[in-house]
Amino acid sequence: MSEQKLQSQTVQTTGHAWDGDLQEYNNPLPVWWVYTFYATVIFALVYWTLYPSWPLGKGWIGGVSNITYVNSEGETKTHSWNTRALLLADLNKAAVTQKPYFDKVAAMPYEQIAQDPDMSGFIISAGKSLFAENCAACHQAGGQGVIGFFPNLTDDDWLYGGSYEKIHETLLGGRRGYMPAFSEVLNGEQIDQLANYVASLSSIGHDATKATAGDVLFHSETAACYYCHTSDATGRKDIGAPNLTDNIWLWADVPAADTAEGKVAAIRGVIAGGLNKGVMPAWSGRLSPEQIKVLTVYVHELGGGQ
Amino acid sequence: MQTGLEDQLGLYQKRIPIFTRSVKGRFRRFKTSVLVLAYAIYFLLPWLPWSRLDAPAQAVLFDLPGRRFLLFGLTVYPQDVIWLALLLFIAAILLFFVTGLVGRAFCGYFCFQTLWTDFFIWIEHKIQGERPARVRLYRQPWDREKVLKVGGTHALWMLASLWTGLTFIFYFAYAPQLLLDFFSGQAAAAAYITVGILTLSTYVAAGLMREQICTYVCPYGRFQSVMYEPETLAVHYDARRGEATHGRAAARAGQRTLAERHEKGLGDCVDCGLCVQVCPVGIDIRDGLQYKCISCGLCIDACNTIMDSFSFPRGLIRYDSEKNLASPTPAAPKLQWKRLKTIGYGVALVLMTAYLGYSVATRGNFDRAVNQIRQPLYVVLSNGDIRNRYQIRITNKAGQAQTYVISARGIPAAALDLGNFSEITIKPGHSALVQASVWLPLAVAVQTQHFELRITPLGKSVEARSEIVRFDAPGKRP
Repeated sequence: MSEQKLQSQTVQTTGHAWDGDLQEYNNPLPVWWVYTFYATVIFALVYWTLYPSWPLGKGWIGGVSNITYVNSEGETKTHSWNTRALLLADLNKAAVTQKPYFDKVAAMPYEQIAQDPDMSGFIISAGKSLFAENCAACHQAGGQGVIGFFPNLTDDDWLYGGSYEKIHETLLGGRRGYMPAFSEVLNGEQIDQLANYVASLSSIGHDATKATAGDVLFHSETAACYYCHTSDATGRKDIGAPNLTDNIWLWADVPAADTAEGKVAAIRGVIAGGLNKGVMPAWSGRLSPEQIKVLTVYVHELGGGQ
Repeated sequence: MQTGLEDQLGLYQKRIPIFTRSVKGRFRRFKTSVLVLAYAIYFLLPWLPWSRLDAPAQAVLFDLPGRRFLLFGLTVYPQDVIWLALLLFIAAILLFFVTGLVGRAFCGYFCFQTLWTDFFIWIEHKIQGERPARVRLYRQPWDREKVLKVGGTHALWMLASLWTGLTFIFYFAYAPQLLLDFFSGQAAAAAYITVGILTLSTYVAAGLMREQICTYVCPYGRFQSVMYEPETLAVHYDARRGEATHGRAAARAGQRTLAERHEKGLGDCVDCGLCVQVCPVGIDIRDGLQYKCISCGLCIDACNTIMDSFSFPRGLIRYDSEKNLASPTPAAPKLQWKRLKTIGYGVALVLMTAYLGYSVATRGNFDRAVNQIRQPLYVVLSNGDIRNRYQIRITNKAGQAQTYVISARGIPAAALDLGNFSEITIKPGHSALVQASVWLPLAVAVQTQHFELRITPLGKSVEARSEIVRFDAPGKRP
């Protein structure tokens, strides 16, 4: 069958003959294929001319096409075409669009920014991305913090004050919260009494006898809690000493404990061990003044005011 | 193995050029009026002015950078994409409905491929003359006359294609300005690329490929065949009348009148071939209904002209149904719509069109989205109160600036805190974000599952819209 077929076919040969009768069939490539191949060659030549292509020593041949963009300072920059320059052009385009807003932020007082609907919209979106990039690692995406580690920014309790000026100050210079470990000066009995007293301030189930003793100890020179937390236990915002009479807990994870004993034990742990981890870094060198101002208004919007 | 048609012809067959003869008649008049109307709308609509406060004065403008379609007094935003979906559904069902009734009416009279091809053939006819002249020109060598005539035809085709492409982009920007920009090299790259592609595709499709688009490229033409039923009206040749017992024959002496022909057993078809000459897809309708037929009706016009000249009754080629033609006593052809499928499509069409109309007529002048802030779901405040926060986005779809008032129902009035924005004014086409806080004492908070946030355009309380939102508190499980 196949022999028959071969004989009946009239296929062109290349015209050469070897060893007398050895010939080669000529089956050319389809024309469309050949022309497509030529087209790709022309495409490659154009591409090499326009774009970075061949390695050359430690660098490469840049190509003649350029990327030009205007940065937020109004300067025109030109790079030979590459994807990094493309990214820079994109970023600068965004920066140029945002610049009038950041300029306005720098010029306007806080209250005015918060009352301007247009600026308020900008704060919500720009502040959200700044917060997500710089703050959310500790304070979480929504600013809700983590009990025992990072303060909640959405409630109405502010260790150092929740006014625009205080939030701005916190952002610029950072904060360091500290409480000594009282296990070094007080015995277990006394710490237990203090813990019961602190629990009584927030109407948590406690031992009344121990709480009365703790009250005395709180205001005594032995423990001297009132130095920082004041004699009515409402705290001092100038040094970041928390208010012990409200429902907000940062260090002792009271809300997580199911029983009154558990809640008291959580408080006891903090009194005994003290605190040396309430560190907020300073942002003055890392973010621009306008960015810090945007974050100030954003955080104030989350729960500031107090 | 049997030798099939493909082996005889080869898989690739060169196109046989079609030179259509012009014809006069009812269907030609209908086709021409559809063409004139469609062209008037397509080419003139972008130039229709329409005064607007905040947008170019153009009646129909697809403002892509502004993310809105301006259609006369209506502004359509991306949120209204459901209308586009409905419109496409309606178009599809309309095609099924019409095809079931009268066959490929869309192909024959309304499809832009048919319209543009028709127009291009008209240009060709004006320059190169009637069919015999064009055939002669095609066969003669490339002399001065041929170069001028064929070159002129192609140049005019190119011009028509260019204006088609240009008109398309006029719908996407303010037309007078864009026209100036386009020819002074100021327009966006997208404008030049779009015009380039459309010019080329119009020229190729309507000038060079023509019926090959319908036969080989277009899927609609093929799947419309599936919608034909025995009752569907389509362009048919009445073979029984045309062929009789001894077939068709030319009207020579002795067989000129109907009486003479019937006596000899000849059909009414005088085999003049005019129906083939006028056909834009180059088929012979006398071979029966075939997939290439775009149902344009020109062969009916051609045949009727001949029948009239011989004083034979009209309608040897006519709109009729397969069922009627096959019946022993064919009745006069009439539209047969009393079928479940046709009625079903009709009902679907009416329902969807009514809903689209209702939706457009009653759409609100603003859009709102109320989202509860989920990180955290709730905040415990220092006095034990619970606070939830909400982000409200209002988009003003009206033609002028509007002030909106936000209020709450189902919670004490004092519980809603809108910060600095108890009222907010939004420019037309813009949107604004408002942050709302709701403070409830713990005892009330655990009782409150949901409440209602109400957005009222100031002075238009009828247009107020409400959103039910959740309120979360500790101890509650979703």
